[in-house]
Amino acid sequence: MPGSTQIPYRKSSWWKLNQQRLTPWIFLFPGLVLFLVYVIWPIFNSLYISLLQWDGLSPAIYVGFSNYIELLDDEYFYISLINNIKWLIFFMLAVPIGLGLAIFLNQTIFGIRLIKSLFFFPFVISQVVIGIIFAWFYNPRGVIGPFLEAIGLGNYAILADEDFATYGIIFAGIYPQIAYCMILYLTGLNNLNTDQIEAGRMDGAKGLSLFKNIILPQLRPATFLAIVVTVIGSLRSFDMVAIMTQGGPWGSTNVLAYYMFETALSEYGYRMGYGSAIAAVLFTIMMFYILFFIYRMYQSEKKGL
Amino acid sequence: MVIVGGTNMRKILATIIAVTSLGYSSAFAGTLVINTDLTDPAPKAAFDWAFNKFQEENPDVTIEVNNFDHEGYKQAIRNFLTTNPPDVFNWYAGNRMLPFVRAGLVEDVSDIWSDTGWVDGNLTEGMSHAKKPMTIGGKQWGIPYTYYQWGVYYRKDLFEANGISVPTTWDEFVAACATLKAAGITPITIGSKYLWTTAGVFDYLNLRTNGYEFHMALTKGEVPYTDPKVHAVFDKWDELVKPGYFLENHASLAWQEAIPPMVNGEAAMYVMGNFSVALFKEGGLTNDNLGFFQFPEITPGIPMAEEAPTDTMHIASGAKNKTDAKRFLIFLSRADVQEEMNKTLGQLPVNSGSKVDPDPFLEAGLNMLNNAYAMAQFYDRDAPAEMASEGMKGFQEYMVNPDRRDKILERLEKVRQRVYK
Repeated sequence: MPGSTQIPYRKSSWWKLNQQRLTPWIFLFPGLVLFLVYVIWPIFNSLYISLLQWDGLSPAIYVGFSNYIELLDDEYFYISLINNIKWLIFFMLAVPIGLGLAIFLNQTIFGIRLIKSLFFFPFVISQVVIGIIFAWFYNPRGVIGPFLEAIGLGNYAILADEDFATYGIIFAGIYPQIAYCMILYLTGLNNLNTDQIEAGRMDGAKGLSLFKNIILPQLRPATFLAIVVTVIGSLRSFDMVAIMTQGGPWGSTNVLAYYMFETALSEYGYRMGYGSAIAAVLFTIMMFYILFFIYRMYQSEKKGL
Repeated sequence: MVIVGGTNMRKILATIIAVTSLGYSSAFAGTLVINTDLTDPAPKAAFDWAFNKFQEENPDVTIEVNNFDHEGYKQAIRNFLTTNPPDVFNWYAGNRMLPFVRAGLVEDVSDIWSDTGWVDGNLTEGMSHAKKPMTIGGKQWGIPYTYYQWGVYYRKDLFEANGISVPTTWDEFVAACATLKAAGITPITIGSKYLWTTAGVFDYLNLRTNGYEFHMALTKGEVPYTDPKVHAVFDKWDELVKPGYFLENHASLAWQEAIPPMVNGEAAMYVMGNFSVALFKEGGLTNDNLGFFQFPEITPGIPMAEEAPTDTMHIASGAKNKTDAKRFLIFLSRADVQEEMNKTLGQLPVNSGSKVDPDPFLEAGLNMLNNAYAMAQFYDRDAPAEMASEGMKGFQEYMVNPDRRDKILERLEKVRQRVYK
């Protein structure tokens, strides 16, 4: 407004001039420092260690890429990689199953809150506890084995079967993951736009076509989130393996994360360099995946979705 | 006696403080810092007694104990030895201590073993049979205070009911298995989920087929795994695995979970260490129906060596109070101290001057070990960790899929060439 009294610059210092630009950085500074120290530096340090032969105690020896070359010839590495892929594929089942359950539970009848909370339950229990309980189920003297024996199929211990043990663990891992996806979808279903559904109904859409063309598109944010957490969950499938089989029988249920731990940090391990090389491979896989999703997210934001 | 910590967390915090505040010192003159993982009731009671007794005899020394959780200790030892070394710590004999010795973290205590002036001149005498596992590069790196025997634990009543007498030769052993199998009893129970139980079977088959020297050569990496002598061990193993003499589904059972079949009378034998007796008895077996015998002879004429994993005490090379640490090690090697401690532990004293409680299993073990040609520490303590872990995975795989023997041995040979280069 012309003529109104302006607050005069008492001193036009450098700080005053750059305040606007500097303030965000000052607020970011503590976070950035922590991020650098605890995330960025360890990544590069691990990459460096992967070029060494080192047991954590004796002096390290620089060996170049020989850890990676050894990886290429390591049977257990391929087993772990394939198991990771199995995890990735079968863990995805949690998304449609979670959606199905969410739709099933999204009704208003007496006592539905109690039923919903029962379905949430697996998500509340710690992964470790789920792993232990499922290991008991699968134990030949636990629940499933004696049951099969009783109906005349013979005792069977899935965790001792190299071909199927991984599926046994994935099944245990999926159990809480379904509940997680279900929660995501239930919140999504709460936010559905009823006008759109009514409009769709008026135009004659019902059943599957209503679901496919009107409900599902509105659940896109929930689906995106469910897929992201499920993929990440499957890639870090360390805890279940550690609790249920320790990678056994004879390494057949190893995944990259557990194999890394086993070589670098377990009782018989302490090959820091080799473990770091495995970590680097796992990091690369995750990086590709994350970059892909960030790109997708960026694209859809540009479109205004 | 001051007991500090008790949890891993406290120790980690202490380590952090030690690292951040340079010059921090947990020990001053007259204080003896001891790190242990003896949290189970029996070892804890045995050591509490020993600490008190040492304190009584040496009123000028204050003992400070940092007790760790057993599993956490395996990780923690690497940290505390490098950052904040105690004066004394417990560990295991054989190859298990090699990485620490090689990294210069353990104090050479050869003088305790050689200087007769230290303990009335009887240390080497009373423990000479246990000197070898304590020796690396011609020097001794600690003292042993307890060990226990391995062998075959069996159901006396099941043997009797099937007309089997205790087998002393391989043929008798295999025949006994066949008889039991025919009677609908699983001859040998085992839980191989955590792998090491398979190594007990392998070690005994190897010690009896090829002898102690070959066991040491193999674990030191001097012999290829594709050697005919290794195949000979697996030939013997085949005689047990192929007819299905081992408990089925063993790969999904922990060693404790393989005990109920034997308690229930579904299985008759277990190749195990003496620590299993407590669990057998908890399950309801008594001295009347639980027995022990030495693993039978395979190749006639080969001197009988036994498995006897030994627990040991060491001084850290960074110890601040080495004088009192040595006094403590000498105290711990005394016959009367080992006798009293092992009564509580339910294990065998290493010092041959000690007596054991009148327990049939301990007496049998003591008798067997005193007549043993040599003592192996166990596959995973004699072989380096990497080799042991791959080896035991291979043994487990073999026990489920005996047809894959060649493939497994080739893989182990590849590991051997890498580990020992």
